[in-house]
Amino acid sequence: MTRQDLSLLQVDEVTVAAIRTPAPRYRRAGDRVFSTAIVAVGSSIIVLAVAMGVILYRDSALTFSEIGFLEFISGTGWNPVDGVHGSLPFLIGTLATSAVALAIAMPVGVGTAIFSAEYAPKPVANVVNYLVDLLAAVPSVVIGLWGIFVFAPWARNAVYMPVYQWAGENAQWLQPLLGSPTTYNITTATLLLAFMIIPYTMALTRDAIKLVPTDQREAAWGLGATRWEVMRVSVLPAARGGIVAGGLLSLARALGETMVLAMLIGNANRLPFLPFRPAATMPSVIVNEFREAVETLHFTSVMAVGFVLFVMTLVINLTAAFLQRKLVKGANRL
Amino acid sequence: MTLRRRYARDRVVVGITAVATFVVIAPLVVIILYVLVNGVGALSVDFFTEELGSPSRAMTGRPTGLVHSIYGTIIIDLLALFMALPFGLGAGIMLSEYPDHPLNPPIRILAGTLNGMPAVLIGLIAFSLVVRPMGGFSGFAGSVALAFLMIPIIARSTESVLRITPWTLREAGLALGLPRWRVTLSLVLPASRSGLITGVMIAFARAAGEAAPLLFTSFGQNYMNTDITRAMDSLPQRLYSLAISPYPHWHEMGWAAGIVLLVFVMAIFLIARVVTARFAAWIHDRMNE
Repeated sequence: MTRQDLSLLQVDEVTVAAIRTPAPRYRRAGDRVFSTAIVAVGSSIIVLAVAMGVILYRDSALTFSEIGFLEFISGTGWNPVDGVHGSLPFLIGTLATSAVALAIAMPVGVGTAIFSAEYAPKPVANVVNYLVDLLAAVPSVVIGLWGIFVFAPWARNAVYMPVYQWAGENAQWLQPLLGSPTTYNITTATLLLAFMIIPYTMALTRDAIKLVPTDQREAAWGLGATRWEVMRVSVLPAARGGIVAGGLLSLARALGETMVLAMLIGNANRLPFLPFRPAATMPSVIVNEFREAVETLHFTSVMAVGFVLFVMTLVINLTAAFLQRKLVKGANRL
Repeated sequence: MTLRRRYARDRVVVGITAVATFVVIAPLVVIILYVLVNGVGALSVDFFTEELGSPSRAMTGRPTGLVHSIYGTIIIDLLALFMALPFGLGAGIMLSEYPDHPLNPPIRILAGTLNGMPAVLIGLIAFSLVVRPMGGFSGFAGSVALAFLMIPIIARSTESVLRITPWTLREAGLALGLPRWRVTLSLVLPASRSGLITGVMIAFARAAGEAAPLLFTSFGQNYMNTDITRAMDSLPQRLYSLAISPYPHWHEMGWAAGIVLLVFVMAIFLIARVVTARFAAWIHDRMNE
């Protein structure tokens, strides 16, 4: 039986043959078939990643050639009827919501991670870890649902309106900067976005803190440091790379978070975006416009928004991967 | 700085981090309670047996429900799981059992990158790859999108689970004269079964909660459809449509969809947690023997 015949056999027959007659040739053949199959299947991840970039670029190429890449990302008008497609408002919307969300999520997430890793008694830490992981698993549409019917109306009546009225009486110059509060606005969306990325910040910080070798803590303990000093002097500096990587990955999550923003940001395509007024982000525009994009240029422009988002998340993810590799290597060296 | 001040500072930090933890936990509990309370009030037998129909159906008080969304979710998600399993598991096996393969570093990085890719982009890809060539929105296209989403998650969890499975197990198999592929399929995979299942379940739960990729692929509809080559409905996406609709009856139904989705995801999550704990204990025992 030649090797070629063997590869045509059913897996089961190969299995039987390998057990009954453990001839080296058969075994080599089995291993070769298996490893070829596994490598082929595993490479699908590379294919998928490359295909994503290629397809997004191909489908948005018309927009880049008609409008021009720089004009597309710096244009402020978005009016599909007139064929005007500038994505700067969405770019700003995405960057602003994500940056502020990260600024909120970082201290809270790192604080929660320190609490669960260093301070909380074991049972409490377990409950905290469990709940934070659960938060990561709650579908974003469910959080959006709560946002639409509970949080957004409450925040407008209990927070934004009083602030706006206070500004009207005491600091009139502030009012045009805030905008008269709508139910769905950029502040509400950003707050919920921050809440949604906290589990990532927290989990990645927790992992980075865990990677710090025990020796390093013990050295600080031995010098008579308090718990906080151990954290500050020996744990946090060593975990810094991992925490920064965690922040970057959370940022990538924030950039791509779609449903909560589409449900709560109010979807206004025109600058300026004021804190109490509606806005739009890149994912929210894709969700809102894609199904209505019948004209070719409109469709390719929505795809182009996707392509720009793809490049942004790709760069952030690769940077984070690089940082994490460095961190793991550093931990191994110690 | 005196010792007393240093201890005081330590306690201040305990306080700050405890407050941070509370700020995360409290809203989560509030959200879950809201969904449970409102959802239970909105659930009824009709919800599980009737289709949605037009808005007038709900307004005139005729029975409506989301049986077609529940059915669609199950079909789309299971089909996606079956499509994703061979690729995800295969990639994970490659990364852990063939650690020297030159393609491994790029695969590992790209799996992480795909994992962090916005789900909405995966929807766009599936639209270009499946919906356009097939000439229309379909449940099948939705499955492909969710499979794309699951593959990198399953690959990463499979790799990490296989890696903590003791090497002595593989050595024992090789010493008995088993070829490597038999060692992998008959020893390593069965031994790490529960860990593998956990990873797959987490990927499944995550995909089951996604609405964004389905908007451009399975599209959704208001009536029962069992044909996966046509537009199908699904719970997360229906929840979104109900919540942004102008009809109070549909808002009610949105809460009902919310509780079903939340309970489903939480149940998977809980089971996965228990299985993981068992698996960790099992590995721990083996390592100490």
